Amino acid sequence: MSLTILAVDDSRTIREMLGHTLRSAGYRVVMAEDGVAGLEALELETPDVIVTDINMPRLDGFGFIEAVRAGVRAQSKPILVLTTESEPEKKARARAAGATGWIVKPFDPVKLIDAIKRVAA
Amino acid sequence: MAEDPMEAIRATFFIECDELLAQLEEGLLAMEQGAADSETINSVFRAVHSVKGGAGAFGLDPLVRFSHVFETLMDQIRAGKVEATEAVVAALLRAADMLADHVAAARTGAVADEARSEQIGAALMALTVEGSAQAFEPEPSEIEGLDFKPMTIAMDGLSDDMAIDFTPIAFEPAAPLPVAEAGWVINFKPHNALYAKANDAALVLRELTGLGEATVTVDDSALTGLDVMEPRQAYMAWTIRLPGSVAEDDIRDAFAFVDEDCDLTIARDVEAGPEMAEAPADFDISALIQPPIAEETPAPDLLGSLLAQVQDAPAPAPQAPRAPPASPSPAPASPVAVAVAVADVAPKSDAAATGAAQAVIPQTIRVDLDRVDRLINLVGEMVINQAMLAQRVMESGAGKAADVNLALTELELLTRGIQDSVMAIRAQPVKSVFQRMPRLVREVGEATGKRVRLVTEGEGTEVDKTVVERLSDPITHMIRNAIDHGLETPAEREANGKPGEGVVRLTAAHRSGRIVIEVSDDGRGVDRVRVKAKAVENGLIAADAQLSDEEIDNLIFAPGFSTAAAVSDISGRGVGMDVVKRSVQSLGGRISIISTPGQGSRFSLSLPLTLAVLDGMVVTVGNQTLVAPLTAIIESLRPRPGDVRPLGPNHRVLQIRDEYVPLIDTGAALGFGASSLSPSEGVALLVECEIGRVALMVDHIQGQRQVVIKSLETNYQSTEGVAAATILGDGRVALILDIDGLVATHRRGAARSDVQSSVPQSPIPMALAG
Repeated sequence: MSLTILAVDDSRTIREMLGHTLRSAGYRVVMAEDGVAGLEALELETPDVIVTDINMPRLDGFGFIEAVRAGVRAQSKPILVLTTESEPEKKARARAAGATGWIVKPFDPVKLIDAIKRVAA
Repeated sequence: MAEDPMEAIRATFFIECDELLAQLEEGLLAMEQGAADSETINSVFRAVHSVKGGAGAFGLDPLVRFSHVFETLMDQIRAGKVEATEAVVAALLRAADMLADHVAAARTGAVADEARSEQIGAALMALTVEGSAQAFEPEPSEIEGLDFKPMTIAMDGLSDDMAIDFTPIAFEPAAPLPVAEAGWVINFKPHNALYAKANDAALVLRELTGLGEATVTVDDSALTGLDVMEPRQAYMAWTIRLPGSVAEDDIRDAFAFVDEDCDLTIARDVEAGPEMAEAPADFDISALIQPPIAEETPAPDLLGSLLAQVQDAPAPAPQAPRAPPASPSPAPASPVAVAVAVADVAPKSDAAATGAAQAVIPQTIRVDLDRVDRLINLVGEMVINQAMLAQRVMESGAGKAADVNLALTELELLTRGIQDSVMAIRAQPVKSVFQRMPRLVREVGEATGKRVRLVTEGEGTEVDKTVVERLSDPITHMIRNAIDHGLETPAEREANGKPGEGVVRLTAAHRSGRIVIEVSDDGRGVDRVRVKAKAVENGLIAADAQLSDEEIDNLIFAPGFSTAAAVSDISGRGVGMDVVKRSVQSLGGRISIISTPGQGSRFSLSLPLTLAVLDGMVVTVGNQTLVAPLTAIIESLRPRPGDVRPLGPNHRVLQIRDEYVPLIDTGAALGFGASSLSPSEGVALLVECEIGRVALMVDHIQGQRQVVIKSLETNYQSTEGVAAATILGDGRVALILDIDGLVATHRRGAARSDVQSSVPQSPIPMALAG
């Protein structure tokens, strides 16, 4: 069974790119458009890796990561944060919240898959 | 559809950009009105941020650069470092317009006005906090400040009661190291936090072993007995030796995700060789876990998974030491997946996961417009076919049977239901057009030196997509006109006791099967004296024509009519309200104006909700079948002989109750020839048109029917008096009447032979007919 990736991003463009890249690499992809939707998705899905954006309505990436780490269902799942080079303090905050790693935007499909492979088995 | 997925995503990006720009505009306008809540500011920030994110993905550099500056300022506003004063919001609004230009340019591969972009970008930069640059400096080296704790690498710490038989087997004999560079010695001691963030030492080790021939030594001295073992605690440390040829950056990269959650040293092994030999014998980590152990282990979650993976990690090394250890396929049911599934408390996973998959499917789908159009076309054919079937059944006499009739009625209802549903797919709120208007208002306001506030209402009103697309131009014109000609300058307004800021209202609403768009202003209203003088001057009306106020107001729709003393670059010359009127009419719409001097004007635009079907009255004229739009028909009647009165040689009027209305012989107006029937033998359709009520004479009425509109222009050519065509149930083509056009044709025909009498009576159609 292929690995399931939960991708959380409020931008449809980015979601489509993530979806396209991940599906091409053989992953099963579940999408959510913000942190709240991401948590809802986790009630139904058990992704192997979570990829999340930071800036999102309703519940941002930090809140989402904290909620995942505080929960039981996906507490120990790797979470990769989509971040940009210009936001070191965001990366640090995401780490503090419990992010496993990060992917620099605009992401390069190869690096995205690399990062996922790095945290997934 | 085997189109390039990236192209499709690019298309999505631009669609999303439109939404984001709308969100941006909406947020900024709210801020302009004083909204300072974090949600508003955040949504503005996110809009810019998302535009930038997508633009970055497609390498749209000018867009990225501009949105970056914009985003920087928004971020500071969000953080409370910059106050969103009126001036700041004004700058942001200008920047939003510029951003929209950049998006539009990127869409077509063009280049936006760089000078303007630079200027606005610089203005934004000037508003950012001084010294904010620090916040965007690159991250300090991640390795700084990490404590280096030398580690003992020994086996003796292993508790006896963990009956693990660590067979000390070395990896495959290491290939001779390149002598040139000393090998790397990496000491790696994970902290608990590393595991808490779902990182895994085993994966890091796997990464490292992929870099080159690695020798991994474990320090398990901290390992306790299973009875006291804390599953989430980090007990082990590793020393990894890598060939000197491996790049340091690659090594650091392997630790990128974990370097803050471990003790880490990466150094060249200066005394290459001997130390390594002294180190406790290297052993094959795969031996760490043996089947009995796995069973004995009382699910020490993390450790369990860890061990399982450690076993997995180096395994491929002996066979192909240089190959990346991870299989390129993400698919394998790897130990990690298994272990984690165990750790996550058994019964959920697969079945539940797949079963619930559809629950998170988004509630909307995006469909190619072509497909919808195809569906609409097919449904249109079905409607025609259903009508034909009904007609054939009736003709065959079978329709007299009650059950056949009932079934046909049901089929008709069903067909109509399907048609309505399909039309609803294409229905879109007019918001997409309305949201372009604030920018227009700002620009026109700036250019004319007038202060304008735009108020919009009913932007959720839905109409067919094709109608929405064609609303933009008339609305743009009406708004320009309202600001340029309607509103006074602030000084004039204040002198007249009005607030300096003018208000332009743009509203949309559904009214009896049509959409009505109104643009009203609180300006000076139509200057009737000037309009009339101008119309006389242009020969549009006779100097002594007696016109009602309404008729004068409507003169502004006459071709080439322009009253602005100074032709501004806003409304311009040539594109006047007559163009608006024509484009509205071509959509089957009507436009009118109501004006009150000193208080403003209101343009009212009414359009059909869809351009695909029409409720029509099917009538016979001569040997032709015609369709009159039902929306225009007020009533139909059979005139009594005494009700029809001649008015001059070419005109007849019909008396309806206390009113006389022009009576038009439809066949004559369309050129079929005058009707052979006397009016009292035919039927008069009382219709509403732009000059008021008119009666159209037809031979008889066949019935009321919904017809599918087939464009005459596309298939034949534009014909005055005929709006379109349709295919009837019997397969014949019937023309759909354009009542306003028909009236105009009739007037012109009449006017040609009787100019004197027609001018005073109907100056407006005269003017319009040209």
